[in-house]
Amino acid sequence: MHEYSIVQALLGQVERHARQHRATAVHRLHVSIGELAGVEVPLLETAYTTFRERTLCSAADLEIHPVPASWSCPDCSREIAKGTALRCPDCGSPARLTCGDEIVLDRIEMEVS
Amino acid sequence: MCDTCGCGDPEIVPVEVQEKILSDNDHRAAHNREHFRAAGVVALNLMGSPGAGKTALLEATAAALAARAGSGYRVGAVSGDLATDRDSARLERAGIRSRSITTGTACHLDARLVHQALHHMDWRDLDYFFIENVGNLVCPAIYDLGQEANVVVLSVTEGEDKPLKYPVIFQKADLVVVTKTDLVPHLPGIDMQALRDNIAQVMPTDAVLEVSAVTGAGMADWLGWLDAFATAGAPVAAVPAVAGGEI
Repeated sequence: MHEYSIVQALLGQVERHARQHRATAVHRLHVSIGELAGVEVPLLETAYTTFRERTLCSAADLEIHPVPASWSCPDCSREIAKGTALRCPDCGSPARLTCGDEIVLDRIEMEVS
Repeated sequence: MCDTCGCGDPEIVPVEVQEKILSDNDHRAAHNREHFRAAGVVALNLMGSPGAGKTALLEATAAALAARAGSGYRVGAVSGDLATDRDSARLERAGIRSRSITTGTACHLDARLVHQALHHMDWRDLDYFFIENVGNLVCPAIYDLGQEANVVVLSVTEGEDKPLKYPVIFQKADLVVVTKTDLVPHLPGIDMQALRDNIAQVMPTDAVLEVSAVTGAGMADWLGWLDAFATAGAPVAAVPAVAGGEI
């Protein structure tokens, strides 16, 4: 259940940015979670609703954007399909994950005075 | 306050952040990595299920190094567990300088816990520093600790489908060490080729070694993999991945 520690890190991060912008409230958070991030979205949502109490985010929605995993060859850029060996069928290089492992705070909608 | 129309409503502004949520941990991990590299210590993050044989692999490593003339490696470790310091005590008995990190309810180690442990032990004169993570195939994968490489320990008794069920940890692995291979003759259900194929579907370099801590089989390959760091003296990217023999 590392989702709880991720939410704690997220709330700290939001608080820091909100202070910088002298925000009086936070309305919505936009977060990207990759398919291979090792984060369960429903657990993250539960953890968020539990921990946002009595923080600047207590009334803020959490919008999660899932990012599918995608692999390609680092040498010839050929896309490599999931469910097969993660090597380029042309040149044999180990595939590189181009996206799908992100745990990123994209954007904060905040109320400023 | 909205100044445009004078309605008195508060102004809601979108602020672009684009920041990793675990950036604090990543920052601490980078700090650990700087310390390890400055001291010439190779730090390795050892992950795997509870009972996969992480501690046994380290015990066997200490024995194999002691038996190898002129190996000269000094090995240390921290062991993460929810409770007890049993692993750390086992490692000490095996001749590995060690300290336990008791995590309470936390299912993984993070860079802060490792950093705190470093303050309480002598480690700068070591050649290899193993970070034996909490037994868990899920959570440890996403926390950078400052290691040079990730080693996933997978025992044959766990079954050949584990890489497909837990792809994230295998995707992050620089090496998979398949342990308890001495048990293979007693496991008619295990298909070793299927295990290798499954690893290849989730781990790009599919660098796999097979070992038995009981018989010592494969330990020479494992020591060879460790040796590559000592000779290269560089981060893992510069170290050739070792593809294992037939499983």
